[in-house]
Amino acid sequence: MRLSRTARVLAAATAAAVMLTACGSGGGAGSDGGDITLNVNLFGNFGYQELYKEYSQAHPTIKIAEHTAAYNDHHRDLATHLATGTGAGDIEGVDTGFIAQMRAVGKQFTDLGTDRASQYLPWKWQASLTKDGRQIGYGTDVGGLAICYRRDLFEQAGLPADRDAVSALWASGWDKYIAAGKQYTAKAPKGTAFFDGGGALYNAVIGQAPEGFYAADDSIVVGTNPEVRKAWDLVVQAIQSNLSAKLIESSPEWNNGFAKGQFATIACPAWMMTKIKDQAKAYAGKWDVAAVPGGGGNWGGSYLTVPKQGKHVDEAKKLAAWLTAPEQQARIFTSKGLLPSIPALYDKPEIAQFKDPFFNNAPVGTIFTTAAKQLKPQYQGPRTGDIQTTIRDGLVRVEQGKQTSEQSWQQTVSDVGRLKK
Amino acid sequence: MTLPALSRLDTKGSPYLYVLPFFLLFGAFGLFPLIYTGYVSFNDWNLLDAGEHTWVGLANYRELLHDPYFWNALGNTLSIWLLSTVPQLLAALWIAHLLNHRLRARTSLRMGVLLPNITSIVAVTIVFTQMFGRDFGMINWLLGLIGVGPVDWQANTWSSHLAISVIVAWRWTGYNALIYLASMQAIPHDLYEAAELDGASSGQQFRRITVPQLRPTIIFTAVISTIGGLQIMAEPLLFAGTSTPTGGSDRQFQTAALFMYEQGFREFRFGYASAIAWTLCLVIAVFAVANYLLTRRIADDEE
Repeated sequence: MRLSRTARVLAAATAAAVMLTACGSGGGAGSDGGDITLNVNLFGNFGYQELYKEYSQAHPTIKIAEHTAAYNDHHRDLATHLATGTGAGDIEGVDTGFIAQMRAVGKQFTDLGTDRASQYLPWKWQASLTKDGRQIGYGTDVGGLAICYRRDLFEQAGLPADRDAVSALWASGWDKYIAAGKQYTAKAPKGTAFFDGGGALYNAVIGQAPEGFYAADDSIVVGTNPEVRKAWDLVVQAIQSNLSAKLIESSPEWNNGFAKGQFATIACPAWMMTKIKDQAKAYAGKWDVAAVPGGGGNWGGSYLTVPKQGKHVDEAKKLAAWLTAPEQQARIFTSKGLLPSIPALYDKPEIAQFKDPFFNNAPVGTIFTTAAKQLKPQYQGPRTGDIQTTIRDGLVRVEQGKQTSEQSWQQTVSDVGRLKK
Repeated sequence: MTLPALSRLDTKGSPYLYVLPFFLLFGAFGLFPLIYTGYVSFNDWNLLDAGEHTWVGLANYRELLHDPYFWNALGNTLSIWLLSTVPQLLAALWIAHLLNHRLRARTSLRMGVLLPNITSIVAVTIVFTQMFGRDFGMINWLLGLIGVGPVDWQANTWSSHLAISVIVAWRWTGYNALIYLASMQAIPHDLYEAAELDGASSGQQFRRITVPQLRPTIIFTAVISTIGGLQIMAEPLLFAGTSTPTGGSDRQFQTAALFMYEQGFREFRFGYASAIAWTLCLVIAVFAVANYLLTRRIADDEE
């Protein structure tokens, strides 16, 4: 009895010793090798996978791990990590809708300096610049605007399918877009609508206004800016003409909608092309790109930031600079369709003449760079992303037939009023 | 110390030593956050302004009482809780009764009812959300077969509550059934034999013997389901599909816990969210006690 007990104690001690040794040697190997893992936290598809491989080959001690989350989750996580002082990645992607909120807590981010200021579109550079002149993020892409549409559905509905003819349909503005939609609906293939959903269309329309949800002093003007109401009325008109597939952007149903061909057109910033390619694989070559009604406008576009709480700030800064350098932005455009935020690239032949086979060889290079050149920047305030969501919910209430346009508008304005800075 | 004294200390002291780990853990992860949350709730505290806060006393609670969205969320919570808990416990009782009989493959059937509970809540919700889809959902397809038009499950209050309740009930019915089953097995078998000799039917045996004997267990499950049901958050958050915490276009399925999440982690109003947490805690306590009294009385009537 006694002996066996001793034996058991010995066995336990040996096991513990083995485990300790194992831990010790493991730790030693880590510190000797000096390998660094940079965590890159993003939302959606930034198209960086190939670039990571290349960067790691050029810098053998650096490993890159990308983590992606849904749009709202990602930004909420980032804000929470900043608040609690721990947990943020070495590089964090931030969308236009949230950059002003991050800019307001600019102290939490590494200052990236002003070296690259002259490269960027001035408004893109300004949008991530704090009041005391610290740059918190390198711009990755800008939205620009176009309309992506399904050629085959247009043909079946008796509309012109050629992209120039389609652009001409609504060249004079959104009213003509709605008119084309009515024409489409009259003869549309069963189960298809003209556009995906009111919320997404709204973002495109308001993206063309000189002033959006905010005045330059960061005060919310949703209730008073006539442009906001004008865009609302326009989208409501489109909804009430039965043109909407009533899908919420980036929801599972919306993704399904691409695969099932539930809608014929979608407001299409350059980054939307990646989403379409990801979701509508079966319809390659049937999609095409036409000009946006009324020309110009911007929706979306992102930044790479380096939070101060990261473990490898210097390495992260270098990686962020490299990922957003002109050469890489040009490559991301031709592989993923994200429009560069560096205007010098727009006239380069590999971009200006780029045609995308998925979109029936549409000259997306010309279409999007033209849109980006015409773009008049709109000031974005701290809660832009949440205001977009609130307005989207208001339009969904109209789509669901729960409220009239006026009731929903009143509630939307009061809900926006609840959002605190 | 003499040996008897030591042994006395052992008998008196050891039990406390054995339960100590629980109380240490509870103190660190239960009591401390509870008290700290209470302290935070008396402050105007923005999560993003690291550490900056001002004492505002009861202002957060006063604002909460006049906040229509809080009352809306509380109403939704109660509705979803009622819709899920009542059928769930009745179904669990019935399933346990069935499992208590001599069945073939009894053990695997008993294990089977627990399966929904150990699947990831996220996976479950995503699958059910697909099934409740408006355009291509299976439920609407089945409804179509019997000639009922498609339901936009997310759009309406009643339909979204029903859908979420189904998700909750699916997950917890088996769990409660196993608890009932365990307790049923402790009922002396001669009671049933005697009843059978007296000519009592299976239904009569269930009502006159099983239910009264299960009284403490029914009270337990009712209270536990109340606590869990009033804290529901993951299901409505994921049911929305876009992970926005407002619970639908008109907050039609925003629960109290989800409202707390929205205020805390979208508005970053740490103090206000803490006030919601404490209020919710009180509401749950009231309902748990009410439930205890109610279930005790129902079982009394049966006897």
